[in-house]
Amino acid sequence: MDFQVVVLAGGNSKNLTPLISKDVPKPLLSVANRPLLYYVLHQLRQSNLKDLIVVVEGEDAALHVGSWISKTFVDGLHVEIAAVPEDIGTAGALRAISHHLTAKDILVVSGDLVSDVPPGAVAATHRRHDAAVTAMLCSVPVSGSLESGSSGGKDKTKKPGRYNIIGLDPCKQFLLHIATGSEIEKDSRLQKHILHAVGQMEIRSDLMDAHMYAFKRTVLQEVLDQKDTFRSLKQDVVPYLVRSQLKSEALLNGISQAEENGNEKLSSPNNQVLDSKILANASTPSFHELYSMEMEPDDSAQTRKTHKCCAYIASSSSYCVRLNSIQAFMDINRDVTGDADHLLSDTSSDCDNIIGPSPKLGSKTTVGPHCMLGEGSEMGDKCQVKRSVIGRHCRIGSHVKIVNSVVMNHVTIGDGCIIQGSVVCSNVQLQERVVLKDCLVGAGFVVTMGEYKGESLARKEK
Amino acid sequence: MGAQKKGATARVAEDSEVVARHSLQAILLADSFTTKFRPITLERPRVLLPLVNIPMIDYTLAWLESAGVEEVFVFCCAHSKQVIDYLGSSGWSSKPKFSVTTIEANDSISAGDALRLIYERQVIDGDFVLISGDTVSNMLLTQALEEHKERRKRDANAIMTMVVQHSKPSPITQQSRLGTDELFMAINPDTKQLLYYEDKAEYSKGFISLDKTLIADNPSIVLHNDKQDCYIDICSEEVLSLFTDNFDYQHLRRHFVKGLLLDDILGYKIFTHEIHSSYAARIDNFRSYDTISKDIIQRWTYPFVPDILCGSSAIKLERQGIYRASEVTQSRSAQVGSFTVIGQGTKIGNNTKISHSVIGEGCSIGSNVTIEGSYIWNDVTIEDGCKLSHAIVCDGVKMKLGAVLEPGVVLSVKVVVGEQFVVPAYSMVSLIQQPTQQDSDEELEYAENSSGTVEIPSDKLNGEIASDLSDTRYGPTPELGTGGVGYIWSIFEGAHDEEWRHSVAPIPTDKVAKIMLDKDEDEELLTQDGNALVEELKSDSEDDDNEGSRDDYASFEKEVEATFLRAVHENVKVDHAVLEMNGLRLSYNIAAVDCAGAIFYSMMKLAVESLHSSASELQRNAMEVITTWQKLLKSFLHDIDEEIEVILKFEEICLESAKEFSPLFSQILHLLYDKEILQEDAILRWADEKEGADESDKMFLKRSEKFIQWLREAEEEEED
Repeated sequence: MDFQVVVLAGGNSKNLTPLISKDVPKPLLSVANRPLLYYVLHQLRQSNLKDLIVVVEGEDAALHVGSWISKTFVDGLHVEIAAVPEDIGTAGALRAISHHLTAKDILVVSGDLVSDVPPGAVAATHRRHDAAVTAMLCSVPVSGSLESGSSGGKDKTKKPGRYNIIGLDPCKQFLLHIATGSEIEKDSRLQKHILHAVGQMEIRSDLMDAHMYAFKRTVLQEVLDQKDTFRSLKQDVVPYLVRSQLKSEALLNGISQAEENGNEKLSSPNNQVLDSKILANASTPSFHELYSMEMEPDDSAQTRKTHKCCAYIASSSSYCVRLNSIQAFMDINRDVTGDADHLLSDTSSDCDNIIGPSPKLGSKTTVGPHCMLGEGSEMGDKCQVKRSVIGRHCRIGSHVKIVNSVVMNHVTIGDGCIIQGSVVCSNVQLQERVVLKDCLVGAGFVVTMGEYKGESLARKEK
Repeated sequence: MGAQKKGATARVAEDSEVVARHSLQAILLADSFTTKFRPITLERPRVLLPLVNIPMIDYTLAWLESAGVEEVFVFCCAHSKQVIDYLGSSGWSSKPKFSVTTIEANDSISAGDALRLIYERQVIDGDFVLISGDTVSNMLLTQALEEHKERRKRDANAIMTMVVQHSKPSPITQQSRLGTDELFMAINPDTKQLLYYEDKAEYSKGFISLDKTLIADNPSIVLHNDKQDCYIDICSEEVLSLFTDNFDYQHLRRHFVKGLLLDDILGYKIFTHEIHSSYAARIDNFRSYDTISKDIIQRWTYPFVPDILCGSSAIKLERQGIYRASEVTQSRSAQVGSFTVIGQGTKIGNNTKISHSVIGEGCSIGSNVTIEGSYIWNDVTIEDGCKLSHAIVCDGVKMKLGAVLEPGVVLSVKVVVGEQFVVPAYSMVSLIQQPTQQDSDEELEYAENSSGTVEIPSDKLNGEIASDLSDTRYGPTPELGTGGVGYIWSIFEGAHDEEWRHSVAPIPTDKVAKIMLDKDEDEELLTQDGNALVEELKSDSEDDDNEGSRDDYASFEKEVEATFLRAVHENVKVDHAVLEMNGLRLSYNIAAVDCAGAIFYSMMKLAVESLHSSASELQRNAMEVITTWQKLLKSFLHDIDEEIEVILKFEEICLESAKEFSPLFSQILHLLYDKEILQEDAILRWADEKEGADESDKMFLKRSEKFIQWLREAEEEEED
């Protein structure tokens, strides 16, 4: 397909401490007993996009991730791991690996995306319109909809979140306006000249930029080159491209344009246009073309340069969440084991819960629906598990109650513990009768008897 | 009359068992409250101007009648007598099932005034159609009305439904079609609620600013540039009372609609109804007059087309869109081209060519005349060899041998064009002299003109022109050639170079290019703006609010400067200037501290910009300015902080914008002290503050060391 995929896997994220640490970088954070990165890579493999560059922040993290990928995805995927310095932003990361990019189009996916939207469809949309950039948009996720008031103590606004303000053309194919971050809280400024060209624009605040973009490589590299202050794809690069789509002389001139035109136009200039029109699936040219032709009778040399910014809008039934907060982590764990269990494609379970092979459950122990129990975990008598994920090789004593929680691998839980709305990371030891409510327990921590509420327990980083 | 009618409707309501069944009412504003059709409207009301030989108001009334309106209130203001007389003579006032009542007022200057007056009369008792008397439409009201009523039932705040129509986007189309400015509307696609309305170039910015709450409240908004406002509104009674409550509402769109959209206390809502296959347009200027005339001739407005509307005079439609009245005398050698209307009793001479034009009744057109794209009203005499292209020629005009009208010319009533005279393009010619006062308001049009005929105030005419055309004994006015009568109006100041926008003549290609260019410039601004935005974003993360306020401050400073300069040049009284500055300050929400700084800055700038060749002259300039305007400055210096701010500002000026002042720093500081603009406390505090600053920062402190020293000593002495 001549598509190169860049997975921005990240590394450290302050939002997610203490769940992630040096030993467990963000891509390897266990979500429903699988590393986070698995979900993206799995979708890419499904879409037959196999030429990947996984960008990880920090050398150590890159080593960890690399070894995991080579273990898990031995088949089919051609993966390169690139380590970049921390805190250079998404645009910075791409700039750093820019010389590795060779394909005609680049698909950039955030490594923390848990979604069932096929990346291939985004790529196809991009190709069909011959766009400079295509962004995947999805409905705003309903966060924390369950009663699980839950973790983190993050005080979010209760309103249905607004992540982006997005302007679309009447056929919902082109992206005309995008506002992110702090812009959303301000009054929106919409450019008139785009409106002139397109006539009407639909402004939606119920869509979210899911951070999956397809770029034309030349355009991307040009922007990264010229605008060296751009740090973030989402906040700088994409809005810039959208803003300048009818006025793209800043880009696309110089080498890249020549290269592009050279390749294409030499072969058959007219056919190319025709092809793209047919591919665009439209009998009438898009407003970009009309706009660029407006000038022509006057002065044919001075046609306007435009580039297209497209949108791929995921259907509202599809699942698409970014794991960028602890709340999201809880939500995703809950959804993946529940409603969105098709994301774990290889588990074919008839039951409404997922229990690994050879569990050892004590008598009168119940595992409710929407639960997951990893292989090799043992539970004592009279335990209750509801809406929770339990990792591999955990030892859980008797009379333990686990509700709305995530327990990772190799966790030892003493008798009579109660865990509610909490996250317990790997290798944690809970002594007897520990009560955790809305707590986060970092890896390797030993929790002594007592009651904890809304606390974050972690070992001091050395 | 109104009361009678009300009784009648009441009976109807009783008879029919449907509860709350009103007879449908309409308010027709027979006055545009604008000056777009000057100079013609100085003598005649706009609604009576012939549109394809039929007065505009006929189209509106005929449509209202066909749309099921039973009661129309015609509001007349300018030339009200003419309108009332016409309605009487044309039979509109005496139709059986269609009552036309006139409401006359002579002191209204806007649609707002008109509606307030109608409210006082209490004639409206339900939903009504609000329309201007220059609207041509053939839409069906039923659906829009039903939608309106349905919404009203669900939400009592849905008080108005605006009719809109699809049009092609791009300012060029809008300009070339109806001569209107571009219009931006934001509409909720599900409810059709109107959320934002922006017409005119009042914000000539390259972007639209949507309020964040709008976006928060509506998950989806469609922003339209491809809609045209038809100026047909279905309103509920509340609209009238709203106009009364808000006595400053004048313009229907600019004040009322915007006021309602911005107001979030009352929560009134406006909705839109889009028409697809029917016609609706308003004649707002000469260009739309041209366009709509053509639309009528091409029968887009069916059934409101000449041959059906005036059945009596028996106009026949021939092939190629030629309408010919019954008693036309046409020479065999004359050629009448396509899409042309020729009125009754008109004579056309040999070898005359007419195309795409409308000729009124009783005209006499000589031989070898060329008429193209022009509108010639009734009783016009065109002598041999004249050439007209894209002109409007009003009643009773006489064009002598070989006169030429270039594109865009408007000849008002009874003008005479002299032999061989060429009227330059876009000229407005009238018997009435151009009103000298360009107060942008249109008093003249409202001046009571009680006599139906043209009665021109004699002092305006200087006895040069008589109302009787045959009387040319007053001698030729040189402006229109030998034997010509009339004044060529000079183009309004400010509107020069814009006349092509609204004229009947097609837009010249270079102007089209100009529109494009304007647009491009907009974009240029925008891209810069866009880049700025990015930068802004960057800093946003650190100081979100500062950025905005800094922008604000910069523009505030500019405003202050402009206001101040105006005050200086126009000798505005200090008190007024103070008021104005205060207004500015409040509207920009700027602290008094900054305001004082800005004013001081403007003063200093003025001093620097006035002529001076040496430092001492500059000092004198500054002294003059400060002496004259000290009161203005003082009224913004309430406490010591503000005074310090002025000193700091002065330092800044000396360092950056006007370095000429830097050697004079201490002198001017002294001056400010002498004038009691600055108190010694302020100066000393400033000195103390600066004491700890960097060496470089202390430059001015050092310069004024002596002065400060002196101040300190004086203070000590006082204490002693």
